[in-house]
Amino acid sequence: MLTKRLIACFDIIHGRVTKAVRFQDNIDVAPAEELAVSMYEAEIDELIFYDVTASAEKRPIDIETVKKVARSVFIPFTVGGGIKDLDSMYEALKAGAEKISVDSMAVRNPQIINDGAKAFGSQCVVLSTQVKRTNTMPSGYEVYIDGARLATGMDAIEWIRRGQELGAGEICLNSIDQDGTLSGYDIELMKLAEAAVSVPLIASGGAGAPAHLKALFTETQAQAAITSSMLYSPRMDHNYSVSRLKEYLADNGIAVRPAVCATL
Amino acid sequence: MIKIIDYKAGNAPSVMHALERLGRKADFARRPQDLGNATHIILPGVGSAKATMESLREMGMIVALEEAVMSRKVFFLGICVGMQILFEYSEEENTDCLGWLPGRVVRFDAGRVRVPQMGWNQVHFVTPPPCPVTDEYFYFVNSYYAVPGDQTDLWGQADYGGLFAAAVCHDNIYGTQFHAEKSGEAGLSLLRNFLDL
Repeated sequence: MLTKRLIACFDIIHGRVTKAVRFQDNIDVAPAEELAVSMYEAEIDELIFYDVTASAEKRPIDIETVKKVARSVFIPFTVGGGIKDLDSMYEALKAGAEKISVDSMAVRNPQIINDGAKAFGSQCVVLSTQVKRTNTMPSGYEVYIDGARLATGMDAIEWIRRGQELGAGEICLNSIDQDGTLSGYDIELMKLAEAAVSVPLIASGGAGAPAHLKALFTETQAQAAITSSMLYSPRMDHNYSVSRLKEYLADNGIAVRPAVCATL
Repeated sequence: MIKIIDYKAGNAPSVMHALERLGRKADFARRPQDLGNATHIILPGVGSAKATMESLREMGMIVALEEAVMSRKVFFLGICVGMQILFEYSEEENTDCLGWLPGRVVRFDAGRVRVPQMGWNQVHFVTPPPCPVTDEYFYFVNSYYAVPGDQTDLWGQADYGGLFAAAVCHDNIYGTQFHAEKSGEAGLSLLRNFLDL
């Protein structure tokens, strides 16, 4: 049986993992490679790397950090930020990434989803999107880009449906409203998404307690959850280990890959 | 010598990283003559069966692989699409494959499960081949899966809207639908056992 995935998503600035609230005020956490190894040893299921300043600084993704991590962890990892064309996708894959995440760039140039899927397969292309509640869109959610700063006037559910048609193999929904609140995932958003697309879905934004994971995995078809804050955000009163989260989920009848060690 | 076949759509570097972690020395094979002194060949796979077959054909690798694996009986491990192309035919873009093993490759039913399958699934090893492994969780990314024509080739099964072939083996030929190089310690252990054959 396919298990639910817990994903650590690193916002990388100059080789270090940072943690932001509502896409702002990043504070330093740890060197990327060090935290990646400790997460791997704790049996996290997957890693995502966002080079958060690459686009703004108009530079390519930090490929050296990608390479270092690829040499030291043996679980899937996705990279995003600073990906602008097929060449930069290819370079990240050659450096050892499994999947490429496209976000703001795909809104500006949707064809990149199609080009990436044709060149490397749909399974390599993750459409990540930042969405915010609004009553001006048919679905009630609007797509934002550029670190959640710029509203696009695009309906979020319409956009992910189009992303799937263009060839995205997985979709990650980041709730701007929930991000950093530690009050739970946006369940309603995930329900709308699961009805609209058939590819796997990742929920992001809002997790602050194990019960939020349980709610996500029992009330929606989301296959994966980003749990960064709970695992290592210095802003939380205390962090949870991967094994504790997985034990809790297993005790609640949710299939997970068991974690045997508890190093965190 | 361990050889990892490096073609454009494959993820040969990830397999190399895993072998480095195991302390094994391996070379990339990019030309047919690179397989001459191979003791173990690993064919990584991402992307489509058609693209993989085309890449191997363009590299002139198919004849060299058949000579090494079928005639000299060099140990072979195909991963993901590298396993799928062992069979006769793939539904994916109507692709004729290597045909070393009888059977075909079909698509998961998107009406029953989310496609692609993406994530960790438990594999039950049904036949004990000379490459020992225990039932463990491995990482899968696939929209298609193999249906072996000969049930004795089935090595391991997993469940995704029904049982499917997660691993196959036949003499010196091994295939895993999952990414052993990305399946944590369980995957590294499987690779180590294969290389110890």
